[in-house]
Amino acid sequence: MWTSLIPATWSQLRTLGMVFRHAFRKRETVSYPEEAVYLSPRFRGRIVLTRDPDGEERCVACNLCAVACPVDCIALEKGEAEDGRWYPASFRINFSRCIYCGMCEEACPTSAIQLTPDFEMSEYRRQDMVYEKEDLQIDGPGKDHDYHFYKVAGLAIAGKGKGEAQDEKPPRDVRTLLP
Amino acid sequence: MNGSTEMLVVVLAAMAQALAILAGALLLAAVMTVVERRLLGLWQDRHGPNRVGPWGSLQLVADMIKILFKEDWIPPFADRALFVLAPAIAMASLLLSFMIIPWTPTWGVADWHIGLLFFFAMAGINVYAVLLGGWSSGNKYALLGAMRATAQTLSYEVFMGLSLMGVVALAGSFNLRDIVAAQQGLWFIVPQFFGFCTFLVAGVAVTHRHPFDQPEAEQELADGYHIEYSGMKFGMFYVGEYLGMVLVSALIVTLFFGGWHGPWLPPFVWFALKTAALLVLFVLLRASLPRPRFDRMMSFGWRVCLPLTLINLLVTGAAILWLSPAAD
Amino acid sequence: MELAFYASGLVAVLATLRVITSTNPIHALLYLIVSLLAVALVFFALGAPFAGALEVIVYAGAIMVLFVFVVMMLNLNAAVTARERAWLGPRTWVGPSVLAALLLVVLLATLQHGDIGRVIEGDTLTAKAVGMVLFGPWLVVVELVAMLLLAALVTASHVGRSVSREADSGRDGA
Repeated sequence: MWTSLIPATWSQLRTLGMVFRHAFRKRETVSYPEEAVYLSPRFRGRIVLTRDPDGEERCVACNLCAVACPVDCIALEKGEAEDGRWYPASFRINFSRCIYCGMCEEACPTSAIQLTPDFEMSEYRRQDMVYEKEDLQIDGPGKDHDYHFYKVAGLAIAGKGKGEAQDEKPPRDVRTLLP
Repeated sequence: MNGSTEMLVVVLAAMAQALAILAGALLLAAVMTVVERRLLGLWQDRHGPNRVGPWGSLQLVADMIKILFKEDWIPPFADRALFVLAPAIAMASLLLSFMIIPWTPTWGVADWHIGLLFFFAMAGINVYAVLLGGWSSGNKYALLGAMRATAQTLSYEVFMGLSLMGVVALAGSFNLRDIVAAQQGLWFIVPQFFGFCTFLVAGVAVTHRHPFDQPEAEQELADGYHIEYSGMKFGMFYVGEYLGMVLVSALIVTLFFGGWHGPWLPPFVWFALKTAALLVLFVLLRASLPRPRFDRMMSFGWRVCLPLTLINLLVTGAAILWLSPAAD
Repeated sequence: MELAFYASGLVAVLATLRVITSTNPIHALLYLIVSLLAVALVFFALGAPFAGALEVIVYAGAIMVLFVFVVMMLNLNAAVTARERAWLGPRTWVGPSVLAALLLVVLLATLQHGDIGRVIEGDTLTAKAVGMVLFGPWLVVVELVAMLLLAALVTASHVGRSVSREADSGRDGA
């Protein structure tokens, strides 16, 4: 025990010195409300519903996000427009249950539902954490700037018949034998 | 008649001085609770509590309001009388010890020829606070913490006393004023370096400060002897720990760093500066050193520190006899 | 000073009475500590603060702590208290009380004949004076006590060691 006393004491003193030098380092924490916190573009925060480049709603009410959601915080109803497009008649996310896992975004076939770098959404009443469609809908395309579901999908809507979408051939007539 | 009024004035002045020192010590201990958190933040690359008031200066007020308005709960399985008595012992024994410390050449409560022994007596009484607090809680963690605290304090008090005997021998007195006066030329840390080292270790251990905080080790004992305490009773244990820290710092300054001696500045400023430096050292110890295992700490006390103090005392005595002119 | 002497003496006597009448062992030990502190104060009042401080450090601060420490771990419960109460029946304490009262009478009679006129003077005994007496006229006694304590220390150390060595050898043999 006595022989190791001097190196052990030196080790303790060195530790003291090293910790003391931390007084002059840069702070790791930020003074949050005054100083903004850096959030990466891929940060998973508040969920929004985006529009396609033409300004139409992207969501086609396929319910895949509601199925993918592990905490069942998404609820929506399908509606159908005059021109044949599907849209959510209502869309509701309960953010007091949401765990911001991003699975809805991965499940979405139309890039409609997206997570944004924003977490400042505290409320005094829990009921205020339930966001309706008008709270979720934004005016831009979000992260996916060019994607336009009905222009690439084969579904016929008013003004676009079968086979008129981008990179789409006219539908094959299965009743004829000609190639 | 005239003589008695003069006497009354003197007595009142002394009482006012004593009250001022009491309030000062208590306030310093309370402020240390905040200063420690700020310093820990500084050394852990954080900011520390800085929200209440400008630069967090009112944090102490917020803490006081919070702790005073908390529910003061006494467990139904506790021994009520002892449960209430224990925090009182913790505070009172430490506050009384401040009596013997000479702050400046003129300020100080008791100019007493057994000054240092009084500190040891009060440190001995202080053990009961932990012991009774732990036992009366009726909680096994509290009891384990109290057992550790008792064993630790008893072991370290043995050589805490012995480590100061070299200083006492050099100064030729238990009186702290005489000890400070004897350091006019040379601070006692030079001839009594090993005494200083062992007293520092013992001081940290007796006040249950990190790294010797086994009695209240959070990971193993879930806070040890004050686990059942809440509200201001817990606050008294909490402030008592910082009072002990201030007391040991002031004692080390008095015994080893020449008390109020120093050039240019007024005596009290020197005393305050030295005490503040030691308090910062206490916090730095907490910020950097891990807690040793309990049995290793005990064996360190008995196998390293105790022999060291005995050898130190022996050498000091021999040197004093060697250097002093032969008596009679 | 005389007032302090009599007050702390009274406290010592009352606390000691509570030591023997208290049914909770921890409370009894605490009364014993109070009694020792009161005795220390008696020393202070008599002008021997060195002895008083040592009384607090050694008896109240170290020895009694060990007592409390051990008793604390004995898992005392209501059954123990009930047994203590049974032991404190009149049949138990009448005999010792009568004998103690006889001793008290003898003590008071002796005091009556002895130096009753002496009062407490204000002068205090310093640590230096105590040291001069201990290492002057009483040097032999001090050294003898030191040897006795050393013997006790060695014995305690030996007892502690031999147990652990047996345990070690037993483990090796097994």
